[in-house]
Amino acid sequence: MSVIEAQVLTGSHFMNGDTACAEGAMAAGCLFFGGYPITPSTEIAERLARRLPEAGGAYVQMEDELGSITAVIGASSAGARAMTATSGPGFSLMMEAIGLAAMTETPCVIVNVQRGGPSTGLPTLVAQADVMQARWGTHGDIQAIALAPASCQEMFDLTLRAFNLADRFRHPVIILADEAIGHLTERVVIPAASEIPRVRRRLYTAPANGAFEPFRAAEDTLVPPMPLPGLGYRTHVTSLTHDERGYPATDAATHDRLVRRLSAKIANFRHEIIEIEESGLEDAEVAVIAYGSTSRTARRAIALARAEGIRAGIFRPLTLWPFPEDEVRALGERVRSIVVAELNLGQVRGEVERVTNIPVYGANHAGGAIMRPELILESIKEAAHGQPARGRFSPVGRAAAV
Amino acid sequence: MQAVALREPLDRGLEQFQVPRGQVFVIPSRCKDCQFCIDFCPADVLTRSEELNAKGYHFAIVAEGKEESCVNCRFCMLVCPEFAIYSDEIREVAR
Amino acid sequence: MASQLVVDSHPSDALLRSDRLPHIWCPGCGLGSVMSCYADSVQSLDFPVDDNVVVSGIGCTGRVAGYLYMDSFHTTHGRAIPFALGLKVANPDLHVTVISGDGDLSAIGGNHLIHAARRNIDITVICVNNFNYGMTGGQAGPTTPFGATTSTSPAGNYEQPFNLPHLVATAGAVYVARWTSLHVRQLRDTMREALLKPGFSFVEVLSPCPVGFGKANDLGEGLDEMWFYRRRSIVNHDAALEDVGLSMSEDEPIVLGNFVNRERPLFRPAVSREALQEVLYGAV
Repeated sequence: MSVIEAQVLTGSHFMNGDTACAEGAMAAGCLFFGGYPITPSTEIAERLARRLPEAGGAYVQMEDELGSITAVIGASSAGARAMTATSGPGFSLMMEAIGLAAMTETPCVIVNVQRGGPSTGLPTLVAQADVMQARWGTHGDIQAIALAPASCQEMFDLTLRAFNLADRFRHPVIILADEAIGHLTERVVIPAASEIPRVRRRLYTAPANGAFEPFRAAEDTLVPPMPLPGLGYRTHVTSLTHDERGYPATDAATHDRLVRRLSAKIANFRHEIIEIEESGLEDAEVAVIAYGSTSRTARRAIALARAEGIRAGIFRPLTLWPFPEDEVRALGERVRSIVVAELNLGQVRGEVERVTNIPVYGANHAGGAIMRPELILESIKEAAHGQPARGRFSPVGRAAAV
Repeated sequence: MQAVALREPLDRGLEQFQVPRGQVFVIPSRCKDCQFCIDFCPADVLTRSEELNAKGYHFAIVAEGKEESCVNCRFCMLVCPEFAIYSDEIREVAR
Repeated sequence: MASQLVVDSHPSDALLRSDRLPHIWCPGCGLGSVMSCYADSVQSLDFPVDDNVVVSGIGCTGRVAGYLYMDSFHTTHGRAIPFALGLKVANPDLHVTVISGDGDLSAIGGNHLIHAARRNIDITVICVNNFNYGMTGGQAGPTTPFGATTSTSPAGNYEQPFNLPHLVATAGAVYVARWTSLHVRQLRDTMREALLKPGFSFVEVLSPCPVGFGKANDLGEGLDEMWFYRRRSIVNHDAALEDVGLSMSEDEPIVLGNFVNRERPLFRPAVSREALQEVLYGAV
């Protein structure tokens, strides 16, 4: 009898995005949540405080976000699927430990329901300005895996997927949700428990005698199988640069080898991670790249543009990191120009400019309210008419003022 | 404030106790000459060697005339930061 | 009767990563003594060594995890306790011990220390207090005695230090003790008792740091600091904890003892064994 499957809330529900995220975690078999209340992610913690004990899991309300993420990494080190949920200020506090998870190759899921920043910013209001923090927030050279849900259904689906990716790659996986999706309520369909895909973590199962090298990567995936504590392996896991035995090392060659492998195990397999949704691009001259709640506004803007005779379509990355470079580069060969719509001052736009040679326009607002379609439409028109793209920090147009 | 953990004097039935006898074992190559074991050995058994180990340190040895003094209290083993010394009980062969 | 016998192995070698020795600690440092007491206490337990997990933070004491041949985690600075919490909650069958330094546990990790004590989670924390940040070269920290000289308190430390036994007992620890790396037989027995005590147990170990702290405060070599402990220490298991703060004054005793051993409700959250097995290996 499956205790995990018994807790899957199969059926059609009317629930908010944060709740759907919590249910995605339950369906994934998450057994540990360590968190600290912060708007607009708190509903995830509240839901899991009630739900996890029903499934044999544990909810722990930690003293701060430093403790939350570290407890999550500790729980995962013992074998549990583990997650935390937060928003910008808490996400900032978690940065060092995200590096710990990457360095020790400990799977975990971090949900960031984005709100307006910098600093305390707009606690209750939407933004999408943590995209680059998710990529580069921790020190050192690591790859990031970050997913951007655009609906309550995707809060469920991508949370489930995040756990599978975390265990597949032994890496922290970030859900870059936003307040508008977290607090949106709409239909969520949860499949039968038997149809929920679960990727099991590859564990170290060989005897520990002889040359025990718990950090020697498997050749097929570059990911080492993970030994669990309490089974007699006597593994040493360190945040320091370490060799294949897990022992601290201070030589440049070992450091370079480790850091390259930690990156390659993700970058070389990015096509297992990257998901894109496209629509209306078949005949498009202008592609709108948008993600999260802004992608919903973009659909309206595209409809308005098409009504005015501009052939526009949407390219929606569900995966923000690894950045879908190949896909965006190919897109740049299909359309004349690209509009990147996002509730920040051009974080993904910069990435798009990096990989394409065609004109790239921004449709940006710093956050505080969902993106208005008129703002995106204005940028689509500029793109379609070949007007020069405005700078990243120019004020928004009159029509688009929030 | 004063020390209050006083020990009760053991003035009766001493004959029922046998003081254990210990053998000191050393791993000279590990010693860094901190002298913790030498200074604080409760039975004052140990001293520094004349010779040096490969790292250039004098190491702990049993002092002359103290060959019978170790009571296997294991203090030297626990206090040695380098895992370079320990004692073990010498079991008396039945006479 | 023979004098010493020369051998090439030690009874605690089975608990050491011999291929990583000698350790990095300076001659006269007390950390090796603490590690020796811990290794001996673990070997004296009735349950297998493999049920034990050691978690360390960052600093000289943080390196203990890497020398013990056990499941061991060397985490980030200040976060050993929440990491240990996660391990313990996810696998309650593990006996989780945090071994870390005074700076790691009471400065950068101070919040976690008091909250773990408050929760009364079933872990053991061994805090090696050498009164300074040794690894970075002897800076002042929250345990540096008032008036002590360090590289960042050249004119004498003008801050009041933590009284750690009082702090953690007040926060809710059910087992609180203090020894020094000279009092190894008591320390070893106390560690054993702490490892077996359900709930949050805390053992402070005062330990010489001749290079980082001793030199700057005219305490001499590690051996001299051990004599300093011999000279000034008194044992008082019943001491009032508000009075066991530490000072540089030769007139003030260093109070040692097993101060607290009491019962409080345990921290309850725990992942079920059945659920964890299913996630890892599939449903049976």
